[in-house]
Amino acid sequence: MEQKLRQLREQSLQDIRQAGALEALEAVRVKYLGKKGELTAVLKQMGGLSAEERPKMGQLANSIREELSQALDQAKAALAEKALEMKLAAEREDVTIPGVPVSIGRPHPLNRVIQEFSEIAIGMGFTIAEGPEVELASYNFDKLNTAEGHPARDRQDTFYFDDDDQVLLRTQTSPVQIHVMETHPLPIRIIAPGRVYRKDEVDATHSPMFHQIEGLVVDEGITFGDLKGTLNELVHRLYGSDLRTRFRPHHFPFTEPSCEMDVECFKCHGAGCPVCKGEGWIELLGGGMVHPKVLAGCGIDTEKYSGFAFGFGSDRLAMLRFNISDLRLLFENDVRFLEQF
Amino acid sequence: MDLSRQWLNDYTAIDVSDKEFCDRMTMSGSKVEGVSVTGAGIENVVAGRVTAMERHPDSDHMFICQVDAGTGRELTIVTGAQNVSVNDMVPVALDGAKLPGGIEIKTSKLRGVMSEGMLCSLAELGLDTHDYPYAIENGIFIMQEPCAPGDDIRSVLGLGDSVVEFEITNNRPDCLSVIGLAREAAATFGTDLHIPQPQVKGSGDDISKYLTIRIDEPALCPRYTARMVKNIKIEPSPAWLRRRLRASGIRPINNIVDITNYVMQEYGQPMHAFDYSCVGGEQIIVRRAAAGEELETLDGNVRKLTPNMLIIADETKPIAVAGVMGGGNSEIVDGTRTIVFESANFNGTSVRKTAIALGMRTDASGKFEKGLDPEGTIPAVQRACELVEMLGCGEVIDGMIDVVAKPYEEKTVKLEPDKINALLGTDIDREYMVKVLEKLDFTVTGDTIHVPSWRSDIEHYSDIAEEVARFYGYDVVESTMMRGRTAQGGWNEKQLTENRLNALCQAMGFNEILTYSFGSKSAWDKIRLPADSPLRQALIIQNPLGEDRSVMRTTPMPSMLEVMATNAARRNPSVRLYERAKVFHPLPDSPLADEQMWLVLGEYGAGADFFQLKGCVEAVLRDMRVADVTFTAQRDDAAFHPGRCACIASGDKAIGVMGQVHPAVCDAYGLDHGSVYAQLDIAAMRACQGPERTFTALPRFPAVSRDIALVCAADIPVADLVATIRAAGKPYLEKAELFDVYTGDPIPAGSKSVAFSLTLRAPDQTLTEEHTAETIGAILSSLAAEHGASIR
Repeated sequence: MEQKLRQLREQSLQDIRQAGALEALEAVRVKYLGKKGELTAVLKQMGGLSAEERPKMGQLANSIREELSQALDQAKAALAEKALEMKLAAEREDVTIPGVPVSIGRPHPLNRVIQEFSEIAIGMGFTIAEGPEVELASYNFDKLNTAEGHPARDRQDTFYFDDDDQVLLRTQTSPVQIHVMETHPLPIRIIAPGRVYRKDEVDATHSPMFHQIEGLVVDEGITFGDLKGTLNELVHRLYGSDLRTRFRPHHFPFTEPSCEMDVECFKCHGAGCPVCKGEGWIELLGGGMVHPKVLAGCGIDTEKYSGFAFGFGSDRLAMLRFNISDLRLLFENDVRFLEQF
Repeated sequence: MDLSRQWLNDYTAIDVSDKEFCDRMTMSGSKVEGVSVTGAGIENVVAGRVTAMERHPDSDHMFICQVDAGTGRELTIVTGAQNVSVNDMVPVALDGAKLPGGIEIKTSKLRGVMSEGMLCSLAELGLDTHDYPYAIENGIFIMQEPCAPGDDIRSVLGLGDSVVEFEITNNRPDCLSVIGLAREAAATFGTDLHIPQPQVKGSGDDISKYLTIRIDEPALCPRYTARMVKNIKIEPSPAWLRRRLRASGIRPINNIVDITNYVMQEYGQPMHAFDYSCVGGEQIIVRRAAAGEELETLDGNVRKLTPNMLIIADETKPIAVAGVMGGGNSEIVDGTRTIVFESANFNGTSVRKTAIALGMRTDASGKFEKGLDPEGTIPAVQRACELVEMLGCGEVIDGMIDVVAKPYEEKTVKLEPDKINALLGTDIDREYMVKVLEKLDFTVTGDTIHVPSWRSDIEHYSDIAEEVARFYGYDVVESTMMRGRTAQGGWNEKQLTENRLNALCQAMGFNEILTYSFGSKSAWDKIRLPADSPLRQALIIQNPLGEDRSVMRTTPMPSMLEVMATNAARRNPSVRLYERAKVFHPLPDSPLADEQMWLVLGEYGAGADFFQLKGCVEAVLRDMRVADVTFTAQRDDAAFHPGRCACIASGDKAIGVMGQVHPAVCDAYGLDHGSVYAQLDIAAMRACQGPERTFTALPRFPAVSRDIALVCAADIPVADLVATIRAAGKPYLEKAELFDVYTGDPIPAGSKSVAFSLTLRAPDQTLTEEHTAETIGAILSSLAAEHGASIR
């Protein structure tokens, strides 16, 4: 019997090795381990053995059965693996074919610049203020120390809605300063992005409607040094801290002292190039200490409080930022333009 | 303002490079826009003497000249000019010379004769006969300037002057002059400033015998000063004077006119010269024009004058528009014998408005309109008379008429060093401040600063702070960060909503656009707005840039359709666009506008249709948590397809409209008929927001799904069927989703088949077959009862 068992073992292992498919393996299993299998048949004959032989043969038969099952499992696993490999090989794709397109809309480049600047200002403790675009001349001009007779008030520069030139399209975001100072408790720290209107014919650098961002800080002990420090910080966060800046004296009716801020040209870093018209500097914004007349006009105690204000054209900032050559592109809204940002 | 550095050096000697000059002037507040050197394009051009000439053997008009150009040997130069003679001194462009405009001269053969250079005309040197009135226009420039062969032409002609272009701010009209800029330069570079008093010898006689002056409008003409010159000889001015005018961008004309321009450039005070023989009645009257009066100005145009305009008149007629331009009737001509020099102070606003009304802004009006030094009239007229004597062009009559209608009052400001330092964030000592002010010709006595008459911009300690700071150096002031209470920055709720809408629209594939806030009335017709629509009540710009930008928009629709049309015209096959667009409605009790923000969506191409856009609108409304949203068929909005337009509401409140754009509107814009459009009132959406979302426990029991297909009348809105299903399906109905609408065979005409997928679930148990059957039964019987719908 022992010999018979060993013979079965050799034969069955050989059958397993030869089985090339899952079905063949199953047939091998049935042939040896099935209810009517050959090994099962041998085991059924155990009853005829002597008491001495029975445990010995039983042990042998069991170990063979164990070995056989393991060999079957292993062979099955190997076959399954091979089958999977073949399946995956058949499913191979050309991964250089583009993906299924997902179209995501883009923010308008101008609004993107306004958004970026706003986020930076918020990080420095500013809130965002807004004001009307149809505005009173008193807010757009008088309260900003720009009296009747000032050239900016001329009908060739400003759009008016009435005969007395008292209602207009705001020419600057600065009237928002006045609204905020009249209504907001001190201290004040705001920026005000918005649309402004001037009677300029459309060309590559002009538009009757464009955009500005205004800034205003009023508190005790605010200095010109604070204006410089704040603007430097804003610009460095916008363009990187390695960019040099410079402040030049300038004139605005509602700030005194007034300044303009230039940044080192971000294209040539001061060497001079077409972007900066060879100057090495780009004029970025205007600002100054809020004129005490303006503060007093809003009921703010100028002995106690001082402030600074600044403003710049965000259209120009967007054009510089994205290297846009013509202002008209911003308002044409050709999707081939919009999708570039 | 163009400044000649040679001229500047008469007043303060500044010996630095152009770059340093420009940089430092810019940083002290006189912004330099550019610098150019006169004769900059000219290189290797020298004076030469023609020593011999012969006709070119192979040309009927050319000459072969021998020229001594100081090069050690005579040069052979061919010229086609007919005005050259032996011994003439001429400009010679040598081999390798450069001329303005980038022209290069090389030795080359002309009709077989080697020409070693070129003889130049005025034009070839970038000059004209105004610079050298003795020369001719079409021919070689035969020079009368003292020079020797080989001299560089730039030094012979006084070229090589640096001309610096300044951008002068409106508050500093005093810097629109050589002297004003010299004062700034002296303070910037720490050099001495010399402004000599003009010295006039006079020639006897008495002006009062000749002229009286009267000012009728003291507010418009605070001061009028005049002197007279007789025995005038009108000639060209000397070369040095012409050169300075040229460098300043002014065309030389004749000695008297040039003197008035020279003084205007030097002192910043516009001057005018009248031919005395044309001043009727021996009197000058400064008055308003009478209605109907006219004057032919020096430029040859006849100007209609109005009583808003200040004029200079004689006894009977206008002879100049005050501060703007003189009249042709009193112009200086070759035969002029006696003149009146006017040096006056006019009201800036009045001059500006007159100049605009007449459509002629002149150098003079540009200066007057900024407000000039009320004390500046006498030095200017004295300087003009000094120049008359210097140039020998006439005899100055003794005496001066100086009518002061409104006396000048000196201004003072208190010197407050502590306040100035507090404003600047500096620690500048008082002595430094005084030094800066004195350098600018302020005087300081004790704590009182006396402001010079030409500085009308100074009235407050903050103005003094700026004067101190710009010479102390804006760049030297230390940059500091704000102290004080910590401020909390952030967006407000409204801004957060708009930010969210941006993110949402972009995520759905809409590109943001940005359009003008104003448009045309014709746009209302293009979108078929009814004649009586309240949207035709708009704010109208009185002085627009053309009709198509004259009306503040009351609807955001035309802007979006225009942009879509632009894209369609450029053959962009599909667009998906959004805008946050402001519209402006007149207010009943205020001159201002009700300014409303709309979210506007528009698309065409790439499968765009009503339901594709509706899906996006629904996504927006869901994200905004707008409560109780309904879409109701809107058949009478003429801008839309009558069968494909919905009014969007939250409860009873309309918050927007959407639909397929009416074919007639599409045609008006040149759009495809499938274009779709939606607009949502952002403030209304915010006002209709439901409560913040909170957590709902995930279901623990399984759901049961049942599909039902109904047949009902074709005109019953799906929304009504859904409402019935929802009401009848309580409490187990969780969801009712439409999955098919079908008309056509075998459904009878006038009916449609509508199929829903229903999901039922109980929160606390697995639904039994009875519960399910009961619920479905209730739903079907309600549908039958309310809508006559039957199971298909």
